[in-house]
Amino acid sequence: MIHSLFLVNASGDIFLEKHWKSVVSRSVCDYFFEAQERATEPENVPPVIPTPHHYLISVLRHRIYFVAVIQSEVPPLFVIEFLHRVVDTFQDYFGVCTEAAIKDNVVVVYELLEEMLDNGFPLATESNILKELIKPPTILRTMVNTITGSTNVGEQLPTGQLSVVPWRRTGVKYTNNEAYFDVVEEIDAIIDKSGSTITAEIQGVIDACVKLTGMPDLTLSFMNPRLLDDVSFHPCVRFKRWEAERILSFIPPDGNFRLLSYHVSSQNLVAIPVYVKHNITFREGSSQGRFDLTLGPKQTMGKAVESVLVSSQLPRGVLNANLNPSQGTYTFDPVTKMLSWDVGKINPQKLPSLKGTMSLQAGASKPDENPSINIQFKIQQMAISGLKVNRLDMYGEKYKPFKGIKYMTKAGKFQVRT
Amino acid sequence: MSASSAFNDEKGGSSSVGEPEYGHDPASGGIFSSDYKRHDDLKEMLDSNKDSLKLEAMKRIVAMIARGKNASDLFPAVVKNVACKNIEVKKLVYVYLVRYAEEQQDLALLSISTFQRGLKDPNQLIRASALRVLSSIRVTIIVPIMMLAIKEAASDMSPYVRKTAAHAIPKLYSLDPEQKDQLIEVIEKLLADKTTLVAGSVVMAFEEVCPERIDLIHKNYRKLCNLLIDVEEWGQVVIINMLTRYARTQFLNPNINESLLEEGSGGDKTFYGSDEDEDEDEEEKEKNAEAPAMAKRKPYVMDPDHRLLLRNTKPLLQSRNAAVVMAVAQLYFHLAPKAEVGVIAKALVRLLRSHSEVQYVVLQNVATMTIKRRGMFEPYLKSFYIRSTDPTQIKVLKLEVLTNLANETNISTILREFQTYIKSMDKDFVAATIQAIGRCATNIGEVRDTCLNGLVQLLSNRDELVVAESVVVIKKLLQMQPEKHSDIIKHMAKLTDNIQVPMARASILWLIGEYCEHVPKIAPDVLRKMAKSFTNEEDIVKLQIINLAAKLYLTNSKQTKLLTQYVLNLAKYDQNYDIRDRARFIRQLIVPTEKSGALSKYAKKLFLALKPAPVLESPFKDRDHFQLGSLSHLLNAKAGGYQELPDWPEAAPDPSVRNVEVKDSVPEWTKCSSREKRKEKKVEKPFYSDSEGESGPTESADSESDSASGSESGSGSEESGSGSESVESEEGSESEEEEEDEEEKNKKKKKKELKKPVQESESEQSSEEEERKPERKSKQRKSDSESESDEEESESESSQSESEDSESEAEIKKKKKAAESKPPTKPVKKENKKEKKEMSLLDLDDFEPAPSPQVTPVNTFLSNSLVTDLEGLSLSDTVLSPATIAPSSALKNYELLHRITGEGLSVEYCFSRQPFSPDANMVAVQMQFTNNATSDTKNLHMEDVKLQSGMRVKEFPEIELLPAGETAAAVMGIDFCDSTQAANFQLCTHTKKFFVSIQPPVGELMRPIFLTENEFKKEQGQLMGMNEITEKLTLDAKCRNEHAIVQRVTTAANLSRVPCGSDKECSPPVPPPDHPIHRFAGRTVTSSSLVLVTVATKEEGAAQLTVNCEKMLIGTMLVKDILLALTQ
Repeated sequence: MIHSLFLVNASGDIFLEKHWKSVVSRSVCDYFFEAQERATEPENVPPVIPTPHHYLISVLRHRIYFVAVIQSEVPPLFVIEFLHRVVDTFQDYFGVCTEAAIKDNVVVVYELLEEMLDNGFPLATESNILKELIKPPTILRTMVNTITGSTNVGEQLPTGQLSVVPWRRTGVKYTNNEAYFDVVEEIDAIIDKSGSTITAEIQGVIDACVKLTGMPDLTLSFMNPRLLDDVSFHPCVRFKRWEAERILSFIPPDGNFRLLSYHVSSQNLVAIPVYVKHNITFREGSSQGRFDLTLGPKQTMGKAVESVLVSSQLPRGVLNANLNPSQGTYTFDPVTKMLSWDVGKINPQKLPSLKGTMSLQAGASKPDENPSINIQFKIQQMAISGLKVNRLDMYGEKYKPFKGIKYMTKAGKFQVRT
Repeated sequence: MSASSAFNDEKGGSSSVGEPEYGHDPASGGIFSSDYKRHDDLKEMLDSNKDSLKLEAMKRIVAMIARGKNASDLFPAVVKNVACKNIEVKKLVYVYLVRYAEEQQDLALLSISTFQRGLKDPNQLIRASALRVLSSIRVTIIVPIMMLAIKEAASDMSPYVRKTAAHAIPKLYSLDPEQKDQLIEVIEKLLADKTTLVAGSVVMAFEEVCPERIDLIHKNYRKLCNLLIDVEEWGQVVIINMLTRYARTQFLNPNINESLLEEGSGGDKTFYGSDEDEDEDEEEKEKNAEAPAMAKRKPYVMDPDHRLLLRNTKPLLQSRNAAVVMAVAQLYFHLAPKAEVGVIAKALVRLLRSHSEVQYVVLQNVATMTIKRRGMFEPYLKSFYIRSTDPTQIKVLKLEVLTNLANETNISTILREFQTYIKSMDKDFVAATIQAIGRCATNIGEVRDTCLNGLVQLLSNRDELVVAESVVVIKKLLQMQPEKHSDIIKHMAKLTDNIQVPMARASILWLIGEYCEHVPKIAPDVLRKMAKSFTNEEDIVKLQIINLAAKLYLTNSKQTKLLTQYVLNLAKYDQNYDIRDRARFIRQLIVPTEKSGALSKYAKKLFLALKPAPVLESPFKDRDHFQLGSLSHLLNAKAGGYQELPDWPEAAPDPSVRNVEVKDSVPEWTKCSSREKRKEKKVEKPFYSDSEGESGPTESADSESDSASGSESGSGSEESGSGSESVESEEGSESEEEEEDEEEKNKKKKKKELKKPVQESESEQSSEEEERKPERKSKQRKSDSESESDEEESESESSQSESEDSESEAEIKKKKKAAESKPPTKPVKKENKKEKKEMSLLDLDDFEPAPSPQVTPVNTFLSNSLVTDLEGLSLSDTVLSPATIAPSSALKNYELLHRITGEGLSVEYCFSRQPFSPDANMVAVQMQFTNNATSDTKNLHMEDVKLQSGMRVKEFPEIELLPAGETAAAVMGIDFCDSTQAANFQLCTHTKKFFVSIQPPVGELMRPIFLTENEFKKEQGQLMGMNEITEKLTLDAKCRNEHAIVQRVTTAANLSRVPCGSDKECSPPVPPPDHPIHRFAGRTVTSSSLVLVTVATKEEGAAQLTVNCEKMLIGTMLVKDILLALTQ
């Protein structure tokens, strides 16, 4: 399975290596660097690179390439999924997964990798279990460790591996018992030039933060479970129960986890909460282009559209943009040609707009494509699909937990073609 | 302190890349210090006796390793610390060892003894980690030690250690392949393991060591299928991939009929069939047409095991792990009947939302799938639309999928999409789009002209790459119907002035040459221009110029003779030998000379032959001969260690190889063949296991404990009730089909039971199963005179709940189902028991004050027959009978010692509700010891009893020997002093001690007494005021009838029912009143205080509960318990 792992930063330096079988020389990464050079964009490096004796499977997260060295046949997704799980774990432990964070915590990183893989085969990947084996660093603990000279290795040996519920650690205790669920829906859409929707779909997740004492057994039911078309569960969810009654029944892991992700059936029409009026023109022969963009809310059920961010990759010929936003700020990077406009909240009375001119390279011909516009936004307290949680019940424990449910709608890959 | 600050310095500085870490180490004297010094410093720290210093040093060494710095010269200093007590230091030393042991084999041997000691540690995690490191250090000399350790760990009690053993197998195999045979034995053993924890790892080991030994899987196939859903994600992937291969060798092709037809109807079908439905319709028709041919074939029937695999993997499409979803998807693609493959599409489309690397792999596989099964993904067409933000490699793959999905109905939408893509700034992507348009045009005749026009428009695009790509594609399209498109050719001829891309120029020249007859005037002119620029052209263009010249010479020699000569002369002196060769060859061929050979006659035929139009094929065509989802498929090349996906067999191999045991109704996999497993899960097969013949000499030992439950038969119909129940609890984990079977059997059984409720057990049993006779007989002999109904009852209860317990670990979900299916059988059984119990109670109370202390409370022959009589009664008239008799109810089992904490020894106890003969003031606690370990347990006894004041304990007699896998029972008495304080004591074996405690529910602190209604009312009158507690409640919906109320109350507390109107016991039954009042009576064990309970039912399930008791504390607690029992 996974032979070795190399962590490569954006400038092409290997800053961490770990081997699970015999040592593979780091020169194997030269093949990777070659591919990296060939790729125009960082994300264009092929995830799987064959070399004469090995295969390199890599993922790119937080501007770090995680390059796994494989020697023989293995499902590529297996490795990719595992690498992403490693990144998630780092993020969970250190808050961020940057080169600096990894270097600062190199011992913890090493211990984690040691536990996660045995002979290249995943061993413990559940964060609840890992946290029992290796305590995540906190500011306080770092201080204490500095003084006492201890590490983050758990003093007690964990029992989780052996429990009936492998994703939950045992002996959980809280003074405030609380369970929070965030229903977050994302709209993926492509809107064409004339404003009509080419494709739109809603993907949602329910992220949970459960801090409950003991071994609670929770059930979560929906008012309208029929909306959920395609679902994928955290392993804790009892599949049979869902099949039969459309109720989520589970013993939750401790802490944060993703309970469910779902896709809303495509029969339902998707309400598009914003519209864009745009007029971007380049004239042949002139070195000027016009840029005119107005945003407005649409079908938001009275909720405010917040944290709006518009970005667009302008054509290569554009030298500079001289624009005037009615609200918020914009930036234009003349190197990457990336225009981004931080709009903030949309005020329905006074629609935000961005107008001005773009200067083009003199003599260059007019770009044949207008740039497409990517929009990000958030709408609080609303799930755009109309999904509603009916109730949450707890069994198996005596106390009364505090329960909270929050809804949010966000833009996913929301693109307007112009 | 100085060391730790040094460490901090080092840590702070480490963020700068590539800086040598010793530069930060003040002790080593700055950046110019030599390696020696630095390492001296570390060595010093390692040699110190302070753990904190050692830890500091180890941290720095690990940081060096992580950065790829060589730390091998520290080996001797580090290896010394392998036995360090500090667990943190130890861990880091392990990290170091695993990294460098291979390089320093001799020194590494120093550490071996530490691991060997660790392998014997009582803590399973230490055992596991010792094995992990031992097997990871890759030192050839210790192969025998490793082998031994693995073998031992494979039969370890802890599943975690067994899992580690499974992991160690491939490590040892890669170190020394000679060990293969021995390792296969271990694998075989571990394959039979049925904990989910082990399953994934052992299959992994199987795949690495002996993937060819498919025969090892047979016996475990059904078990693996059933366990699959509970295995951890990574294991699931490995198991599913392996099972795909297995199924390909063992089952028949479910699409066998279709695949025959496909061959018959030719390949173009995949392109022209508009969608799957239509496809199928057509096939239907063809099927009819070919019916005579088909008639010879047997109709295809899917093997139930094949079905089992498909059914059990399907829920995993909902996994959060993309690799699992992909594994299931490929399984369905390769194994499922065509009509069922569709289910995977939705899940795969969902994965497209994931990280771009996941998308990349999924799209590759979708691309392959869409060629074979287009209909599947058609509803999701829009999910493959391309966004400008996608990475190029994703764009190209999506394009591929869109092209594969294109057909007559959706081509217009797809082409409109393509038009947007052509304007993209990403030129590689544009080129790919043009190719895609070309493929759509060749595949779908209707849109060919539209596409061609579109492409021609692109010829005026400013971007040269776009034009060039278009030319190449147009060339291919024109080849299909050149006559119609001479104007396009003319247009393209004009382009030669502008287009610089060689491939495009070459394509144009080739087109003009090929169709020079359609453009007779332009062609020579083009040649003239080309001759002029010949020397400046690229090689590929030069070749085409020669080609054009030759063709023109043959068709129109008058105009082009001189030009051709000129071109050939130029080519003769070209730098490229290919071109020189070509020129020489062509000259010989076309220019007639005296010496020219026979070939020149055929020159025209050679050059102007009609060329077949190229077929534009997807690069993903035929990739599905690689197993989808595999690395080899992704690379389209065989990767090392790839296991070919075998072709379906012509005829199915014998399916009976997967039958684990003699075909009876028990789920096969619960009866695993390994001896060790049987021990562990012995409780799971209380009923049938005797029938396995293979256990040989151990049989008798086994049958001993088994027969305890097996011989429940001794008590007639009561047994069959509980028997069927225990079967069901196992069956919960079974496949549905088998379940159906099972249910049928149960039904039959019940019928039987109804027909002859008083039948002697033996005859009944023997009719069911003959093999079991001997054991039962022996048992019968043993318990000859005494009817053991009571003991049996409690034992069967306990063993049953125990089996549930142990099952729960792996099969919580399944068990749920079992539990749901249970209720129907329960009432019958309960009633039976109640009556019998009541009888024995009466007997014992009145006539037999001293039963033997050894749990075998006896029922006389008389009482036995009474029981059966009463059973008859209860079965004929269930409503009435409980009214006359106070039923006691099922006993609840409590866990005293879990088998994991007890390291193999598990103890359960229940309050048997029997009077404890040595001391009437004590509550009898019946304990059941089960030894799940591999070794015998000796001298089981209790010690160090810690009690609240006033409490007393009568210890159970010491159990001298409890052999591995055996169960023993004992009874102890506890005087709880009418309080619910726990009795704490130590349970000791010859080696270990376990702290345990028994805490009684309040309902067990009393014994039932018999009162008439009048007596009851009188006593109640004296216990008013403070001694009376009343609660209003609403009865649970399932607890509205009399029977249920009585049952629940008596379950909650050891009380007896006060018969209503007991004075008229013998009179014919009066119809029960609308709102009956139920009364129960008992006395506390120690102080003999009366406990009176009244449940008065009212309208709509409302009720009032009254408890009268001198002991107010007991009263309040009892109210709570009964309230709970009645409302839930």
